[in-house]
Order: sequence, then structure tokens, then C-alpha cells
Amino acid sequence: MSAQLLTYILVGLTFALYIGIALWTKASSTRDFYVAGAGVHPVANGMATAADWMSAASFISIAGIIAFSGYDSSVYLMGWTGGYVLLALLLAPYLRKFGQFTVPDFIGERYYSKSARVVAVICLIFISFTYVSGQMRGVGVVFSRFLEVEITTGVFIGMAVVFFYAVLGGMKGITYTQVAQFCVLIFAYMVPAIFISLLITGNPAPQLGLGAEVNDGSGLSVLEKLDQVLVDLGFTPYTEANKTTIDMLAITLALMVGTAGLPHVIVRFFTVPKVSDARKSAGYALVFIALLYTTAPAVGAFARLNFIDTVHNTAYEEAPAWVKTWEGIGLIAWLDKNRDGRIQYAAGRAFEGAPAFVEGEGEHGQKLLGNAPTDNANEVYVDRDIMVLANPEIANLPPWVIALVAAGGLAAALSTAAGLLLVISTSISHDLLKKTLRPAISERQELLYARIAAAAAVCMAGYLGINPPGFVAQVVAFAFGLAAASLFPAIFLGIFVRNMNREGAIAGMLCGLMFTFAYIVYFKFINPAANSADNWWLGISPEGIGSIGMLVNFAVAFAVSRFSKEPPPQVKALVDDVRIPSGAGVAYHH
Amino acid sequence: MAKTSGNQETPTDQREVYHHRGDNLPEPGQHDDEVLAEERVTAYWRANISLLLKLLAVWFTVSFGFGILLVDWLNQVSLFGFKLGFWWAQQGSIYVFVLLIFVYVFLIGKIDRQFGVDDADDDNKPQGKR
Repeated sequence: MSAQLLTYILVGLTFALYIGIALWTKASSTRDFYVAGAGVHPVANGMATAADWMSAASFISIAGIIAFSGYDSSVYLMGWTGGYVLLALLLAPYLRKFGQFTVPDFIGERYYSKSARVVAVICLIFISFTYVSGQMRGVGVVFSRFLEVEITTGVFIGMAVVFFYAVLGGMKGITYTQVAQFCVLIFAYMVPAIFISLLITGNPAPQLGLGAEVNDGSGLSVLEKLDQVLVDLGFTPYTEANKTTIDMLAITLALMVGTAGLPHVIVRFFTVPKVSDARKSAGYALVFIALLYTTAPAVGAFARLNFIDTVHNTAYEEAPAWVKTWEGIGLIAWLDKNRDGRIQYAAGRAFEGAPAFVEGEGEHGQKLLGNAPTDNANEVYVDRDIMVLANPEIANLPPWVIALVAAGGLAAALSTAAGLLLVISTSISHDLLKKTLRPAISERQELLYARIAAAAAVCMAGYLGINPPGFVAQVVAFAFGLAAASLFPAIFLGIFVRNMNREGAIAGMLCGLMFTFAYIVYFKFINPAANSADNWWLGISPEGIGSIGMLVNFAVAFAVSRFSKEPPPQVKALVDDVRIPSGAGVAYHH
Repeated sequence: MAKTSGNQETPTDQREVYHHRGDNLPEPGQHDDEVLAEERVTAYWRANISLLLKLLAVWFTVSFGFGILLVDWLNQVSLFGFKLGFWWAQQGSIYVFVLLIFVYVFLIGKIDRQFGVDDADDDNKPQGKR
């Protein structure tokens, strides 16, 4: 059977499974819709959280990022896992005890203020939309590559599936679909990783294979070989840093704190029955996430080694088929600078900007480029996103593995998209309508509004997926930076500082937010030419500025709260109640 | 009850005391303040904070410490084909993070029970109607 037919069958089967689960778990109340009735088992919630968290970017891009930046990529690995320690220790149990539906709920009630709630809603919607457009795009890319349909058609199919289970099932439907999606995605990630690890080192565990000896008779370990090969080609060694220490620290901290402050992750901990379950659940979630995140460095290193081995100094006509397939959709390009018909790979950009293909074919059958060549030896443009998707082909794995990777990529994108759409719709129907603008609506109406908002958000996400704003890739730093500088400090202070008041929290959120926003906008949009280490404040890149934003937030919040009125007694009682684990079941009915 | 300022030793009869109180007094959760003496809550919170600080110190050491600040120094050592600093940054720190959460779950559970604020009774009763 061909890879494409297998892919159709496997993707069809998984979609049928997701829709079946949605029908089986239809939401009947707002409590079902928002928090799955708070009856999800901690292990199931751990899997759902892992699927929610691991997006198309984690599945498709992270190994590629590691492959091409080596040690520097450690900031993502530590940042996106270490955040769960903060979540488990500092936020999740207390928010579960608080027992409402959304993150703005906590901020609104803890700071006895509708303005605080609205500020939180704005942060949440901005963060979530940034994210969700990337997911829909991921769905489109997987469809176009593996099922050979237009990206637009792919996005529509993805929208239809998400629409079905998010609008119908709410959090309940999403939770159990995410459990299924986690199983699909982790299986799809591990199988090729194990195959490739066996192929390159003979060790079936990728985590150990990364340190094992390459079985090419050189006697070097994978990392030693990579260091050596890269130095020969003019790169920095794989295991050494390009980034400065201060920037590494700042980015890691911003990603950790940002992860802990992401609303669609936090809200998952509202769905378990008890406080102790919320803690356990964070632990299980990290186990499931760590499976992928400890495998990714191995996949990245193997892929880089494999890529250099197969491509460097190979005549274009003899290059393996996958090179041409990916060239076909513009993710690989080759500019034969020295006209020897061989592909040379080296440090530096092969040419300026993204590949701009022109009509016609070169003498070796390659696609021609209109880009101006640079004066280094590198002739290859390669989009790092293809590393995971092309891996099965690079390593000559059987067709069913390719089908599996397609299904896994879709599972990763759809699960995250659904989780994000839910927090967007919830914050609109619950925080904006029910709690702010129209408190008189009944539960039935609120549920209806939640469904309408989810439907509207799906369409909006689809639109962004089809017409991606050029800046999507650049605004990812935003999502984490803003979560780190606004939501995390507000929630943290709300739990750990009993006397923190409305004035302090709002001023802190706004200052942290504006500082981070301004810094990123300046370097990414207003003056991108200045975006280099020489001009950064304290040498901190826009990706890492969220950690300074967080400090600004804390400082302002403490200063302002000292000079304004203490919170009222019922708010202090709320803080005391949140700190005690027992009685989470009743907290909701207060 | 005596002020137990965060020490880990639990008097063995304390759990029974709690369950006995639980039978007679109003439901926990709705009336936490009445069930728990003010100073007991304070002592519980202090024990919690002290645990958090210890765990976060480990969290900081393995990631920011071993993975970034000390990476060059640790990289002088190679174990099982890995430079040690690189291994901490891309593998070791993640394993420790997972362990940290489960250690936290275990230790905070013990502290919860020691101070009689655990949520073990929360499943047995119908939610919201206690």
C-alpha cells in the first residue's frame, strides 16, 4: 500500500475516533463546558494537559530547532518543562481550591475588580490567538504535504473537526479527545525516534542513543561526531553556546514563567476533583511531556548528522528523493554557487531571505532561485521545520511510519487548537458577558453564548490559518513574554501575598505588560535592523525580556500596594481559604 | 493544639484527632476558619513555604545552575558520551523536574495530614452539597 493511502486511512481513523469521543461526552451544563464537571482523573488530565501543551510547534519544530542550534536550544527544553514545576508548586493547587472556571475569574475575584478581570481577559485573548493561528497553519502544512490537498482545504477540514468537538463537547469533549490525541502523538513521535536511534547507534532508547557511539566505525559518540563535523563546516560546536549567559538565563526564565502563566494550561487544572489531584496531575503531565522533550534532543542530533551525511557534497542528481519533495514545496532550496553540480553545506545563509523561486529549471533539474547569493560557501537553504516530518524518509522508514507522523502532527495541532479555542470562548461568555456586561443571563443562555463564541473563535482561527499574518513566527515571543509579565505575577501575588491589593495588581500587570510589549514591538517591528546583542538592554533579547517584565510587575505591584488601601476582609478570607487544600468540592458553590 | 512550626515529626495520634473533630464540627471548606485555629493555618503555611523554597532551590540549581551558569565547568567532564553540562541542560534537568513534582506531592501530602488540612474526605461526599 502506498504511503499516501495509508496516511488517508490512518488520519481518517483518528478523526473518526475524535468525533466519536465528542459524541460520547457531550456537555450539558456550563460546568461541563468550562471544566468538564471537575471530574477528570489526574492521569487522564495529565495526558490531556500534555496534548494541550504540546502543539504543532512542539511536535514538528522543536527537534528541528535543536538540530540547528544545538546547546542554545536548551533554553526551550528547560523553559518549557521547568515551567511545570512552578505550575505544580505555586499555582495549580491553589487555583483548583479557588474552584472557579477561568483565570480572569481568579484575578477578578481576588482583586475585587472588574477592571482587573478585563485586563486579564485581554491578555488571555491576545496570548491565545497568537498561538492558535500557528496551530491551524500546522494542520494546513501537514495536510498539504502528506495528503496532497491545498493548504486551505486542509485548514477547512481541521476547522470542521475542531468545531465539532469543541463546540459540542466543550471542556468535557476536549479533555477526552486530548487523551486520545496524546496517545496518537506520542506513539507517532517515539516510533521514528527509536528506529533512527537504532539505525545510527544501535541503541533503542533515543535518550541514551544521544550519548552512544555512532556505528560508522569512527569510535566517536553522536555528540562528539557532531561537534567535529560542524567545526569542519565552519559552525560553532554543537554542544557549545552562541548565546550569552545572561540571555540564556533570561530566555529560560521567561519561558518557564510564561509556561506557568498560560491560561489554556492553567485551566486544565480546574478539571480535576481535588487539590491533591491537581498536584499529582501536574506531575503526570510533566512525565508525559518529558517523554517527548527528552527524545527531541536525540531526534535533533540524529537528524542533523543524517542531514549532513546525505546532503553535503552529494551531486544534486544523486540526492535522495526527499530533498526534491521538500524542495517542491519550498522548504529546501539549493543555489549552486560554485557550479559544480554538488550540494555544499556550510555555516551562514546561502542567500538573503526566504527562497524566491523563479520560472524554469536549472541544468541539474533544481528549482531556480531569484535570491541574491551571499559570499559564503553554503548553498543550501533548509527550513528547520522539516526535520521531524522528513525524518522517516531520510532514514528510509516504512510507509506506515510516515502515515503515523502525519496523524501525530495533526493530533498535536488539533489538541492545542481546541484547548486554546475553549479558553477564548470561555473568557468571552463567562468573563465578559456573564461577569461583566450582562450578569442577568441564565445558565442556558451562557452555555449558548459559550458555544457561539467557540464557533466564532474557530472561524477566526481558520481565517488566520489560511491568511497567516506575516508576523506569526515573530509574535510567539509575545505569548510567553506577556504571560510571564502579566498573568503569572498577578496570580502568584494573589496567592502568596495576602495584603496585595487591587491597585497594586492592576498597576503591576499594566506596567509589566507595557514594558514587555514595547520592548518586543520595538525590536521586532519598529526597528528590526537594531535587533542584535549590541543594542539589547543588558544584552537581553526580545525572547527573554518577559523575565524583566515580570520583575517590573513585581516591583510596581509592591510599591503601589504599600501606598494604597489594604484589601477588604472577605478577600483576605478568600486567600486564607485558597491556601488550605481541604474542601475544594464546596468552594465552587460559595 | 501546640504550635508545630513546620517540623516533620507527626504525633501519631494527630490524624485521629482530626477525624474525630471532623465528625462533630461543621463541614470543612465552608467553615475552614472555625475548624482550624488561626495559628494552625499559619504554621501550615509556614511549613508549606519552607518546603517550596527547598524544592525551588533544587529547581534553580539543576537548570540555571548546572545547565547554564556552570555549563563550561561541567563540560570538562564526560560521562557516557555526554559532556556533563550539556547533559544537564538537555536531559538531566528535565528528569529532576519530574522527580521534584512527585517529591512535592509526597511531602506536601504528609504536611497536609500533619496539620489536618488534607482533602482525603473530599471524594466521599457529593460535590457542592455537603
